Amino acid sequence: MNELASSPRGSGNADRSPLRLRHQLPLLAWLVFVWILLWGTWSWANVLSGVAVALLVTLLLPLPHVVGGTRVRPLPLLAFAGHFVLDLVLSGAQVAWLALRPGGQGNSAIVRVQLRTDSDLLSTMVAEAVSLVPGSLVLDLDREDRTITVHLLHVRDLAHVEQERADVLVVEERLVRAFGSAEDLAAIDRDLERRGRARGGTPR
Amino acid sequence: MTAVVDVVAMACLLAGAFLCLTAGLGLVRFPDVLSRMHAGTKPQVLGVLLVMVGAAIRLHGWSNVWMLLLVAAFQLLTAPVSAHMISRVAYRRRHVRRDLLLVDEFDADQQQSGDAPADAGPEPPATAGRG
Repeated sequence: MNELASSPRGSGNADRSPLRLRHQLPLLAWLVFVWILLWGTWSWANVLSGVAVALLVTLLLPLPHVVGGTRVRPLPLLAFAGHFVLDLVLSGAQVAWLALRPGGQGNSAIVRVQLRTDSDLLSTMVAEAVSLVPGSLVLDLDREDRTITVHLLHVRDLAHVEQERADVLVVEERLVRAFGSAEDLAAIDRDLERRGRARGGTPR
Repeated sequence: MTAVVDVVAMACLLAGAFLCLTAGLGLVRFPDVLSRMHAGTKPQVLGVLLVMVGAAIRLHGWSNVWMLLLVAAFQLLTAPVSAHMISRVAYRRRHVRRDLLLVDEFDADQQQSGDAPADAGPEPPATAGRG
């Protein structure tokens, strides 16, 4: 009598179609790769056992597949990676200095940033990257509103807050240029153009 | 030549250890949970990466290097996630020094759920954003 209790909840898209297998292939390949790295040596026994483990893992612990086509563009990817490493070093040094300096830490802020991408994978990457760049830590990610809420460790004044907000958008832009679909890129360009016009249209 | 390599490896190890030390100091010195999570992610991740680089230089043999690469990759992937989860809970439990906040744009729609009691269940997954 416990079919009801044991029936998996929310198995909405449990289609066993070839399409699903195609979506799972990168995950399988990644799992096999990690398995081989863990063993540290290349051999057919490792590959075969890796495939077996990967199949077992994906069958026992199924994940919803990531929606949204992404592509990889090598040059922007390199640009993103370079900036990311630089940001990582800078943020490590900055937080270390804030932890060491006598004056304490100063003011913080929590701001909400409107993202422009509408892809699960890209939002995740933005959140991960933003957490590692200087000064910010993701508090919340709202997929429906496409907003990301970040905590800024150290802000001097309101202008600095706006600066940090713009930095988050720059990280997003770099990621979209490296991985985003054509639509995401178009959304970024539209937004940049709108901002540019808004800035040009308000004389000071 | 090996002397130079050794010096580089040692510099990486020492710098990494120093950054991990500052991460620990930050955990003690920062005023609230959110700030402490910054200390737990950035200098600590960079410190671990530097230790990995130093170890990769010092240890000979590729099998060790692969393992260190995996450690570094998962460190980069998991540290922000765990920091996010803890920060989120801390915010909802009001473990935030509001007097230090210059701006708080997260407050408005947290009013109805922010003061969740200690034994309250997890937030309903309505905001999880099913496509």
